[in-house]
Amino acid sequence: MTQSYRIETGGLINRNKKISFKFNGTSYFGYEGDTLASALLANGVHLVGRSFKYHRPRGFFGAGVDEPYAVVQLYRNGETEPNIKATEQELFEGLEASSVNCWPSVNFDIGAINNFLKIFLPAGFYYKTFMWPKSFWYKIYEPFIRKAAGLGVASTKHDKERYEHKYEYCDLLIAGSGPSGLASAYSAAKNGAKVILAEDKPRYGGSLLTSDVNIGNQSGKDWADGIISELKEMPNVTVKNRSQVFGYYDHNMLVMSEKVSDHLPKTKKYHPNKRLWYIRAKEVLISSGSIERPIVFGNNDTPGVMLSSAAKEYLKVYGVLVGKKPLVFTNNDSGYETAIEFKKHGVEPIVLDSRSNPQSEIIDEAKNLGINIKNSYVVVAAQGYKKVKSADVATISEDKKTLGKIENINCDCICVSGFWTPTIHLVSQSGNKTKFNEEIDAFVPGVSKQNETTLGAANGVFTLEETLKTSFEKGKELSKKITEKDNEISIPNVVEKKYSKHDKFWCVPLPKGKSYKRFLDFQNDVAVSDVEIALREGYRSIEHVKRYTTLGMATDQGKTSNLNGLQLVSEIENKVVPSVGHTTFRPPYTPISIGAIVGREVGKHSKPTRKSPIHNWHEEHNAVFVDAGVWLRPRYYKRGNETLFEASKREAKNVRTNVGVCDVTTLGKIDVKGPDAAEFLNRVYTNAWLKLPVGKARYGVMLREDGIVMDDGTTTRISENHYHMTTTTAQAANVLSHLEYYLQLVWPELNVNVVSTTEQWAGAAIAGPKSRDLLQKLFPKTDVSNEGLPFMGYVEGDLFGVKARIFRISFSGELAYEVNVESDNGRFMWEKIIELGEEFQIQPYGTEALSTLRIEMGHVAGSELDGRTIPYDNALEGLLSKKKDFIGKRSLQRAAFVAEDRQRIVGVVPLDKKN
Amino acid sequence: MLHIKCPHCGMRSQNEFSYGGDATVKRPELNKEVTDQEWDNFVYNRVSPRGKHLELWQHLSGCRQWIKVERDTATHEIFKTYKANEEIA
Repeated sequence: MTQSYRIETGGLINRNKKISFKFNGTSYFGYEGDTLASALLANGVHLVGRSFKYHRPRGFFGAGVDEPYAVVQLYRNGETEPNIKATEQELFEGLEASSVNCWPSVNFDIGAINNFLKIFLPAGFYYKTFMWPKSFWYKIYEPFIRKAAGLGVASTKHDKERYEHKYEYCDLLIAGSGPSGLASAYSAAKNGAKVILAEDKPRYGGSLLTSDVNIGNQSGKDWADGIISELKEMPNVTVKNRSQVFGYYDHNMLVMSEKVSDHLPKTKKYHPNKRLWYIRAKEVLISSGSIERPIVFGNNDTPGVMLSSAAKEYLKVYGVLVGKKPLVFTNNDSGYETAIEFKKHGVEPIVLDSRSNPQSEIIDEAKNLGINIKNSYVVVAAQGYKKVKSADVATISEDKKTLGKIENINCDCICVSGFWTPTIHLVSQSGNKTKFNEEIDAFVPGVSKQNETTLGAANGVFTLEETLKTSFEKGKELSKKITEKDNEISIPNVVEKKYSKHDKFWCVPLPKGKSYKRFLDFQNDVAVSDVEIALREGYRSIEHVKRYTTLGMATDQGKTSNLNGLQLVSEIENKVVPSVGHTTFRPPYTPISIGAIVGREVGKHSKPTRKSPIHNWHEEHNAVFVDAGVWLRPRYYKRGNETLFEASKREAKNVRTNVGVCDVTTLGKIDVKGPDAAEFLNRVYTNAWLKLPVGKARYGVMLREDGIVMDDGTTTRISENHYHMTTTTAQAANVLSHLEYYLQLVWPELNVNVVSTTEQWAGAAIAGPKSRDLLQKLFPKTDVSNEGLPFMGYVEGDLFGVKARIFRISFSGELAYEVNVESDNGRFMWEKIIELGEEFQIQPYGTEALSTLRIEMGHVAGSELDGRTIPYDNALEGLLSKKKDFIGKRSLQRAAFVAEDRQRIVGVVPLDKKN
Repeated sequence: MLHIKCPHCGMRSQNEFSYGGDATVKRPELNKEVTDQEWDNFVYNRVSPRGKHLELWQHLSGCRQWIKVERDTATHEIFKTYKANEEIA
């Protein structure tokens, strides 16, 4: 294919580098610096998809983030991504894309039959029709509607790309690198402020890339390039392109998505695909510019109808003509800029201006160039199905209600300009109460809630001179507050053309006897008639009208449709726009890929994995691991072809007959120290603690204030004012917070300190009839006899030169001990136990056998303390002291907790006593 | 994400803290007779105001201190933060 719509020279693309790509299976060429949209238009391709509801042909409407039509399925490096805007996707060698929402092909789409049934598919059609019979919804209606509607298809494969999160602080965050962003960044940077300047497009400069202005005796673009290269050199400035600030959250936290690799055929090694920046800024400058809004007319969704500013951008940035017989339909002076660009490139445009006699510099220039201008003229309807072939036009009366005789003009594209809508999404997200500006027929920022300032077109200021002046000053003023520096900046001279007033006209009336669809929302197929139905049926709130008609609810979030929707509602309701109000702007401003939001927190990265210091030994001995909270614990040690059941039975049996050893490092451990430690434990646990002697351990249960069991474990009195508390693996962190809460807030008079020692100690439980014999071998110098170390006793020992704590505690009903050593000596301890235990037929056992042993003994296990049970439910009521008060005691008197028919865990014994 | 000034550590992001509810709730004294209503008020009943709210937060991934935060529940504005034992003005 030849690029028959590419002009000979001009544009910001690199004509020395040809790039090949495929769309719907056909190969094309573009240049480096093209977007998929500009490259397709250069090849004369205007049909890119089908619409959401009626499957009407779809082309290109914009040239950037506001694009409602051209969403495609993208294929890159063996992966696929749905709903990519062709206007934002940069071209790379080997790019492949296809149309969405059409079958079998974009040229012949079966679903287009909806277009002829459209009379049956008005707003609320689905709500009204697919209600009965109710049972049909899930099985028949919903799957059918989902298949017929919807856009791209998500990949079902694991995403191999990497996404990063970055946290950043700065003095000034500036969103948008147009004239106001550049000027404010420059003066703030000169004052030494830490500045981040973000631009969503690949090229910096915003409107300066396409406007015909002069700043300080340079073209707008040259001036922008100069500022950017100077900013890039400054150490206190971060300049980022392909980076969209999409959300403004509380306390000046903004989130920005940086597309790091989307413009490359393949992500570079060690690079992320996207990077999400969480930026906490002292001050935020919003220089997000404005988006042109369309004028509504019949069949205004036909491919070839597009925003006049987009046509200009395709021409000036990409050197692409969107048509060779263009019609420009405008209610303001912007359309003339586009017309002049066409004319300069040898294409004859016709301008239809809804105004009767507009006068301005730029109109004079157009007249001098000999451009055909028709005043008081409007486009009534576009003609053509897959591409504009002609336009029905007519004169319009001064009150904009009556059309003259309809004429037909031959054309291949209609460039429409209905004036400009400030991009106030971020402003509104920040909590700023926006206000309606009658002068420009749009909402602008009102009173700030957070430290945010809006500049330039986003603030409704459409002259470059004023924009630059206020932006330089604002950047200086805000940075001065932070850095206390005050560098003088000379504001450059500006040469620009003055605009005349726009026409408050946005919708062309229907000619008699015609029922053209006049679309408001191009992505969701919402027409003027749909909004009329919603209002007729009683929907009044703009939020309700939005949801009933789906106006502004598509992936473009109504960037080009919301304001016209509001105009229509206020017109029918005979209200003024501000009293109708706009719908809430919510983040994200534009779709953000789920991968970027998730970041690196996937799979094993979603939470830390904690391993005991004995972990490697377990691995070397065929342990099969299980997640226990954030810990990995051996579930069982597999021998040969053993199953889980066989292995755990063998391990448990060995504990009952010989001796077993289990890694209990993961148990939570808390040091409780201080003169009031005993009193504190007495309040925390349900049983009595005041009389526990030094060198003894006790089992305890603690409740929450609502009477529910929080945790259980043993606590040992190491010395007079020092207790060693153990918690379950899962509850360790919660118990520590719980203790801190009572010590810091409820009973600050208690002289007690708590600190986690979970990671300081490695632990091994040695259980079984032969455990004492083994213990004696491990600690030959320590008396571990029944008298020397009685049940629930505690002694310190010397394990071949390593200091150890020995507790005689059992959860299996067997004679059992727990040995703790400092973590670094964990593996040494374990290997000694295994080595010396060999003669006693020792076997390691995992959590499965541990639970078996606990259940056999009738002891509560973790799954019974599930945050829903009181002590009675787990047969723990024997541990409730009657003599003292404790946390949660009063709750146990509640009616439901003393009810006769409460469920309770009971032991089960086989009648034959064998199994 | 909120930005909370820990009275011990300074300005920190919300993800270092965990929320602990209404800070004005007082636990009944130990060993004191309380009615069902009084106990229910302590354990369950909360006012959930729109506007100024004195609440507890713990600087979990920091100094681990429980602090009191005076925050507007509707606008998220934080007026002042206090140490656990600090007098509330």
